[in-house]
Amino acid sequence: MEIIMSILAGVLFTTGIYNLLQKQMLRIIIGTALISHGAHLFILTMGELKTGAPPILEENIKNYTDPLPQALILTSIVISFGVTSLLLVLAYRASKENGTDNMEKLRGNEND
Amino acid sequence: MLFAVFLPVLLAIFIPFFSKWKEKIHTGYFVLLAPLAVFIYFIPHVGNDFSPVSQSYDWIPSLNIGLDFYLDGLSLLFVLLISGIGTLVTFYSIFYLHTSERLDQFYVYLLLFMTAMFGVVLSDNVFVLYSFWELTSISSFLLIGYWNYKEGSRYGALKSMLITVFGGLSMLGGFILLSIITETTSIQAMISQADVILSSEYFGLILTLVLLGAFTKSAQFPFHIWLPDAMEAPTPVSAYLHSATMVKAGIFLVARFTPIFSGSDWFFVFVSGIGILTLVWGSYMAVRQTDLKGILAFSTISQLGMIMSMLGFGTSAAIYAAVFHILNHATFKGSLFMIAGIVDHETGTRDIRRLGGLVTLMPISATLAFFGTFSMAGLPLPFLNGFYSKEMFFDATLELNESSIAFANVLAQAIPYLAVFGSIFTFVYSMYLVFGTFMGKQKLDQLKIKPHEAPIGMLISPIILVLGVVLIGLFPNLVNSSFLAHTAEAIYGQSMEAKHVQFWHGWELPLYMSLIVVSVGAILAFTRKYWNGIYSFIPGKLSFNKVYDFLVDQSEKASAKITNVYMTGSLRLYMALILVAILVCSFGVLWITDGFAFENPKVDEITIQEVLIALTMAAAAICTVFTRNKIAAILILGVVGYGLALLFVVYRAPDLALTQLVVETITVALFLLCFYHLPNLRERTEKASQKLVNIIISVAFGTLMTVVAISAHSTKLFAKISDYFVETSYKLGGGHNIVNVILVDMRGIDTLFEIVVLAIAALAIYGLIKLRNKKEAE
Repeated sequence: MEIIMSILAGVLFTTGIYNLLQKQMLRIIIGTALISHGAHLFILTMGELKTGAPPILEENIKNYTDPLPQALILTSIVISFGVTSLLLVLAYRASKENGTDNMEKLRGNEND
Repeated sequence: MLFAVFLPVLLAIFIPFFSKWKEKIHTGYFVLLAPLAVFIYFIPHVGNDFSPVSQSYDWIPSLNIGLDFYLDGLSLLFVLLISGIGTLVTFYSIFYLHTSERLDQFYVYLLLFMTAMFGVVLSDNVFVLYSFWELTSISSFLLIGYWNYKEGSRYGALKSMLITVFGGLSMLGGFILLSIITETTSIQAMISQADVILSSEYFGLILTLVLLGAFTKSAQFPFHIWLPDAMEAPTPVSAYLHSATMVKAGIFLVARFTPIFSGSDWFFVFVSGIGILTLVWGSYMAVRQTDLKGILAFSTISQLGMIMSMLGFGTSAAIYAAVFHILNHATFKGSLFMIAGIVDHETGTRDIRRLGGLVTLMPISATLAFFGTFSMAGLPLPFLNGFYSKEMFFDATLELNESSIAFANVLAQAIPYLAVFGSIFTFVYSMYLVFGTFMGKQKLDQLKIKPHEAPIGMLISPIILVLGVVLIGLFPNLVNSSFLAHTAEAIYGQSMEAKHVQFWHGWELPLYMSLIVVSVGAILAFTRKYWNGIYSFIPGKLSFNKVYDFLVDQSEKASAKITNVYMTGSLRLYMALILVAILVCSFGVLWITDGFAFENPKVDEITIQEVLIALTMAAAAICTVFTRNKIAAILILGVVGYGLALLFVVYRAPDLALTQLVVETITVALFLLCFYHLPNLRERTEKASQKLVNIIISVAFGTLMTVVAISAHSTKLFAKISDYFVETSYKLGGGHNIVNVILVDMRGIDTLFEIVVLAIAALAIYGLIKLRNKKEAE
């Protein structure tokens, strides 16, 4: 299963990067969201899948799933949420302000 | 000695205060103290019983770099030249520079330069020597660009800076190699290990690098091009830096390292070959000039070439002649520059075509110029010092050592002829300089100001220098045993008897050579107008200035081109470059280290539901690329997010699943909120090639991550630390939910700053929406 999950993470990265290389802001933000999903899946896969019970202590259970990657992913989800929402609002303001959301048109000019 | 070296800089600190009173008393009078004090401090060292003095002060002991000063005959000659001519030049500049100029800057730069030169000639440590060496480049740059409102000054300053710093840096390379090979940083210690250096496999490189430094600084062919452009500096600067002191720093360097390098025949080939070439080229080019300072600049180049070639000969007679000529050149060239400055000052031009017949108007300057130029030309008169050193030079060219290198022997055969050839032109331009300026028809109508004799203060310095010319001319043995012999000894590396210099030494070959020079030179000089065509025809367009301009121009253009290729302002391109770099490095490392591993003892079994979720997610992710409807794009992204939440459920991560669900919902809602205002997705308009590149990069990156994931999963080297968390979650943390205990107890700081991240994001969003500048609000 780990192999399939690795491939799935790869697919998420591929589509994320492809979106990242586009000209429209909306696609770029979708790309970052996909990449963060891919990263989370990557971390989870690296911590070994399904080796035991959910990491909540109960009597008579010795074997638990690795809790550390889960804690890391939790932190990461929250941070990427914060960044994504900021990016969204930034894209909204930038396209309002400049009248375009095309990244090729949004370049600084040396004489500005 | 430390105090003597740093005295000028210490004085420079107070110059801004002195310059406040410059209307009442010229700032130069304060400056005069520094070189005069140093001169007086060092003059008692002159004497028959001279022995080297060394002093050291700690600077960076851990790197074996200290302020080590070493005073031997060679340093003494240069220190006295720098301080003596420094005094005279400062005095001259008091009358040359009007108080309306920015005197404070001028004298600060000048004092900085003096310290740098004292440091260069007195340092025994190669790295300290290098530091002072670069300081001379910098202060020279500042002085050449003193009138920075002139374009020519800026061009000349930049040119000299680029060329001398290029040489300085290669010299540093040579010094580093030297200090590694000999395991010392002291020059004297290196000299005592000369055989180690000579037998080193890096000797060729060291010789080239160090000589590059010396040749660029001393304006040797083909690095001489900066010196004529440095004539944009005020004349006292030209007289001081570009005739007597700084340009001799390269000579000093070669002289200093002669005891090491002269063991190699290549030293003779390089130093004498380049030196004699510079002599011929410089004196030929000087004939073509029309600017007084231009003639003097090329004359300096050719005289430096002559000294350099004598150092290369390496015979005791040649070294003695070189030392003698260093002293002589400083006296007559310094005075000639000062007179050129006087002519410029009193007539308003330095163009020799507009000057003439000034002898009746400026009799004193004219007399001084006659002494100076005749001495420079090497006229056989018993009261001109230039004749003696030129005669000794001819003598030395005839007694060259046999060499093991065939080319060196050919060169040795050619050198006497080249020396005579170059000296003929020296004679021609010297005569042109003095007769063109002071004799012939007066052309007063072409002058802006009515010329008259300079004030006496301005004349004092050249008078003193010309007195030196005559004094050495009359009594050439005056300073021999007490002074010059020690210098020659320091260069030669063995004790040497003081040469007895005399005016008349019979009908010998050198005398015939001198007579040839004078007679052919006189003919050429007086028939000059017939030769003008040839002088302007050769070398015609051949100029190293063009090479320099081309190099500077092209390097600017090329770097601008290269920068424009990748700095296009397109984020897509930057992103692509970053990703390609990552791909190349990662795949490269994987390839080189053979890092890919695919052996897995612990793979979880494949279940249908997981595969279905995975397929859905993959399909949704791929759909985001193709969709053109923004609502659809957001919803498809939501599918990926919820799919991930489902995976979290399957993989026994209840907290993650919860958070992911909530966050995904909010994100989708946010997207929808925002995207109401955003324009709809357009069809992608990129070209097919661009699309292909995007596909290749993204697929390669996805593959990379998969490969890394599989290889990492296949090679787990250490046991997990999670057992600790499981064991102590309740015991130490008092909680059953291990993930939550990790988040708030064991790794609580992460959580704290994650909260900070959210707070900052919230504040930033609030600011972005609420705060607008006034223009927008309207």
